[in-house]
Amino acid sequence: MAQSSDVSMRPQMVFRPGVVALVQRELLGLATLIRRYPLGCAGAVLLAIVIFLALAAPLVTAYDPTQVQLRERKQTPSWAHPMGTDYEGRDILTRAIYGGRISLAVAVLSVLLGTTVGAFWGVASAYVGGRFDMHSQRLLEVFMSFPPLVLAMVLVVGIGAGLWAVVLAIGITRLPFGVRVARSVALSVKELAYVESARAIGASYWRVMLRYIAPQCLASYLVLATAQLGVAIVIEASLGFLGVGIPQPTPTWGNMMGGAVANVLIPHWPIVVFPGLTITIVVLAFNFFGDAVRDMFDPKLRGALG
Amino acid sequence: MSKYILRRTFHSVPTLLGITIIIFIALRVMPGDPVSVMFGTQATTIRPEDRAKIEADLGLSAPLPVQYWKWLQDIGTGQFGKSFWRGDTVLQLIAQRGPLTVEIAVLAIVLSWVVGLPVGILSALRQNSLLDYIARFFTVLFLAIPGFWLGAMIVLVLLLWWDYAPPLGVVNLWQNPAQNLQIVWGPAVVLGLAVSAYIARMTRSSLLEIVREEYIRTARAKGLKEQAVIMKHALRNASLPIITLSGVLFGFLLSGTVVVEQAFNVPGLGKAMVEAFVTLDYVVIQNLVLLYSVVFIGINLLVDVSYAWLDPRIRYT
Repeated sequence: MAQSSDVSMRPQMVFRPGVVALVQRELLGLATLIRRYPLGCAGAVLLAIVIFLALAAPLVTAYDPTQVQLRERKQTPSWAHPMGTDYEGRDILTRAIYGGRISLAVAVLSVLLGTTVGAFWGVASAYVGGRFDMHSQRLLEVFMSFPPLVLAMVLVVGIGAGLWAVVLAIGITRLPFGVRVARSVALSVKELAYVESARAIGASYWRVMLRYIAPQCLASYLVLATAQLGVAIVIEASLGFLGVGIPQPTPTWGNMMGGAVANVLIPHWPIVVFPGLTITIVVLAFNFFGDAVRDMFDPKLRGALG
Repeated sequence: MSKYILRRTFHSVPTLLGITIIIFIALRVMPGDPVSVMFGTQATTIRPEDRAKIEADLGLSAPLPVQYWKWLQDIGTGQFGKSFWRGDTVLQLIAQRGPLTVEIAVLAIVLSWVVGLPVGILSALRQNSLLDYIARFFTVLFLAIPGFWLGAMIVLVLLLWWDYAPPLGVVNLWQNPAQNLQIVWGPAVVLGLAVSAYIARMTRSSLLEIVREEYIRTARAKGLKEQAVIMKHALRNASLPIITLSGVLFGFLLSGTVVVEQAFNVPGLGKAMVEAFVTLDYVVIQNLVLLYSVVFIGINLLVDVSYAWLDPRIRYT
């Protein structure tokens, strides 16, 4: 239930050397990187492993993720089934690996969608200003007046269950944060002399926005996006758990647990333990990674937040 | 001050209208078919005329503006309309299920402050000590654990190791306190610990920033006791970001009640909402979602007002 993005909402620093140069400088010494951000690197390595497993799912698993095998049902962990099997006799490890495909895809796509659209909207809102800005702010205020998960549930039901509905719904709940962060950076940048000089040499409206203002938001954008990934994973899992996300039999980390608790007198313990453990570890990895990215791009906060 | 509160309340009317419009668009305008859900796999066998009759009964075949106006009227009467599948009105549903959820939320808030604040303060005052590391370890851990999993694990452990299950059904505090507490403690603890992790982290970082300020040095220099310096001078300013955070966290808490009630099988309002979502009971969904949003807006108003009380520099006119 990490909604840490909501928390790390401080305005980011603006006047930075280019982000690309910064990344290059940081990447020069891998050893330095590991020494400075040990947890962030551990998180990144863990995420790399999880992403690799998800991509290579058919190669690294021995069972079918959706095939019902009633003879094998409700097994506890063994060498053949390291995480046991579920009520339908499907191997839980296999489903967790295949589930990672969906859960990770949903998280990455929804954050990309929400934060990116939000960032451009925020830049436009700040630069255009006036009534457009005012109406945008009012509209986003409405979206932020819903508890996030509840908004996601309403949107999923509205759009119709399925992968894209979930991506779109979670993306929309993340959108206002993107707007807010990009807008605050753009507001402080647009008054600077170099933007004025760009206008003076006749750069068009769009060019000023996209080439002169938007790049300044990149650091904040990266910090926000990485911080949102863990949140998106948890929202997707919660939707799946509640039975309003991606429908069975397609496995996701959330819906694997869904029926295991409600409506069952004595739950089969591996179904409860392992998917949740997977989510916790992945969210931890995302948070560590996100914190490192934040520290890297925002030296002011370095070490201040635990 | 009261003028400010009035103006803010007035200001939130368009926001509330916007919320009803978004809910309405999501539920009624977009595709989605409650009748098919109602009949499950036999939905394809319903005759078109029967389906039309059912939809008319549910009020789904009226023109959309009429349906929307009907909803606003339902809100106006204070009954909030009738559930599609159950006989009772949404008001009765709220009256029956609401108390459990309110109890869980209040207990969780109290717990989050009682646990989060001291942990954050101790962690900041003993920065980089063993205590600090332990506190930060648990903070980071509880930020990552999904509430529904922690909830389900508690249920599982109690069941498998101690063969214990909390009583089922709605038991209110004034009917049977002992049974009621057995129902609500689990969700409240899970949510309270999750929220206290955020509060502890914010308290720590905010206090660490404040104790480096000049006025704290002045307070120490003039010979105040350390306790007075921290409790009276530092904490008051450090609490501003924590209060801001509390508004956001309340949204997190409201979302949390939905999932955690499901995990613990507690028949509160959150579980009622999930049931409504699964059966596409539009009338219940739209009113419960509206209720959750109204509570969220109200709390954020309170948060803004409490600013002025804590920080005299902020003046509302």
